[in-house]
Amino acid sequence: MTVEEGTAMRISTFNRHIREGFKNISRNSWMTIASVGAVAVSLFILGVFLLLAMNVNYMAQKLEEQVEIRVFVEELAEQQEIDDIDARLRSLNDVKEVTFVSKEEGLEALRTDLGSEASVLKGLDEENPLRDAFYVTSFFPRQIGQLATEIEKIPFVAEVKYGKDTVETLFNVTSVVRNMGLIFSVGLAVTSLFLIANTIRLTIYARRREIEIMKLCGATNWFIRWPFFIEGMIMGTIGSLIPIIFLGVGYWQILENQSDAMFFLELMPLNPFIWQLALVLIGTGILIGVVGSLMSVRRYLRV
Amino acid sequence: MIELYDVWKTYSNGVNALRGVSVKINKGEFVYVVGASGAGKSTFIKILYREEKPTKGAIFVNGFNVDKIRERQIPMIRRTIGVVFQDFKLLPNLTVYENVAFALEVIETPKKKISGKVLEILNLVGLKGKENSKPDQLSGGEQQRVSIARALVNNPAIIIADEPTGNLDPDTSWEIVRLLEDINYRGTTVIMATHNKDIVNRSKKRVIAFEDGVISRDDRRGGYGYEN
Repeated sequence: MTVEEGTAMRISTFNRHIREGFKNISRNSWMTIASVGAVAVSLFILGVFLLLAMNVNYMAQKLEEQVEIRVFVEELAEQQEIDDIDARLRSLNDVKEVTFVSKEEGLEALRTDLGSEASVLKGLDEENPLRDAFYVTSFFPRQIGQLATEIEKIPFVAEVKYGKDTVETLFNVTSVVRNMGLIFSVGLAVTSLFLIANTIRLTIYARRREIEIMKLCGATNWFIRWPFFIEGMIMGTIGSLIPIIFLGVGYWQILENQSDAMFFLELMPLNPFIWQLALVLIGTGILIGVVGSLMSVRRYLRV
Repeated sequence: MIELYDVWKTYSNGVNALRGVSVKINKGEFVYVVGASGAGKSTFIKILYREEKPTKGAIFVNGFNVDKIRERQIPMIRRTIGVVFQDFKLLPNLTVYENVAFALEVIETPKKKISGKVLEILNLVGLKGKENSKPDQLSGGEQQRVSIARALVNNPAIIIADEPTGNLDPDTSWEIVRLLEDINYRGTTVIMATHNKDIVNRSKKRVIAFEDGVISRDDRRGGYGYEN
């Protein structure tokens, strides 16, 4: 009785469980296909929602990074007051960057933006209607509203502007997509869980005599459980690989054919995202398979 | 070896299968358990290898406190007991050899050790040369020998046989009883539940008779004793 012997034993037992697990799968091939199909469909839908939610999140983040507060200075302010505002802005905790844009610079920028139509600005050099401004970015774009209120209190600040509505709409869309996706996916996952459990119950039924004899010969519960456990795991894994391939290829196609018309919505790149998605789907698939198998074996172990 | 103290068993439907059974069976004994259907015989047998859990009382088998044992330890008791059934409970798709080897595989015996043990036991029960037959190619008596070989291959201290001759003709029944006696002679305790009056009367072994959930009789060298 050595450790070596124990290890050898465990490997052969492990191989046996794997073999039996695959045997189970071929035993009820039609039910297996049905269950794998159910898992694949529910994980596909979960994947689509994840893809949507992550994309919306990604875009929101991109937009957030661009969100800035424009602080307009009162026209009466002298250079001294402008410097004071600058100092006050830089002293705020949330503030990441402060850029001063004088009204002359503002006009120049406007002219560049308008390009060939810049002629409408003719004559404004004499009487510049713009105000001096500070462009402020925040470390915490989601709390930009609070920052704006604080900035408004600074003396000689005339007006504070930021893209409040755009940012908040985007955050709302993100959470709606996320919640709907979650509800749908959980419902479908539960359905496929029961389908897997049912399929395994059939293979157990086919093997109930074997299980009875195993129990009478003193096999442990886990020894009996393992093949069914593996069966569930295989079904869950295959059921998740199918949607991963479809989603990966599909999303890649979308990225390839992305039209320039969508210039303002930058889609998430394939690379880190597809791996995260694959991980989530495989994990969920295996979880469904394993829970399904344990659910159905329980009753038969009470001999 | 086997000790029961005031064991009661009430099933969930209210049937009192055992009503205060106390008995002691020593190592190496050969015991017949008799009684009409529903007298508690089967429950008594099942309680020994913990297929049924007693409602009340203490049971000791091979050093295990069976009534207090945890679910996870049940396999350990069963590894010290071999069980033989009236309907053989063989796996039809496996050969004789595989059926016997199955008992060793499921308790994770190393592969190297399995073949030697199986061949030795098949030789002992008189099935040498039948290793590759399937159960349906064998006679009833031969099938019961396979099932005895399977119960025995793990080298258990106790063999429990629940009406092992119930499906067999008289001559074959005697062959099976002789085989069990042989096994008993080698030191294994044998407990055999039976309805076979002739066998019990002619064997002159210890007889435990059940009636209405209690032991009505326990004779050293007894007979079947009553009409059923």
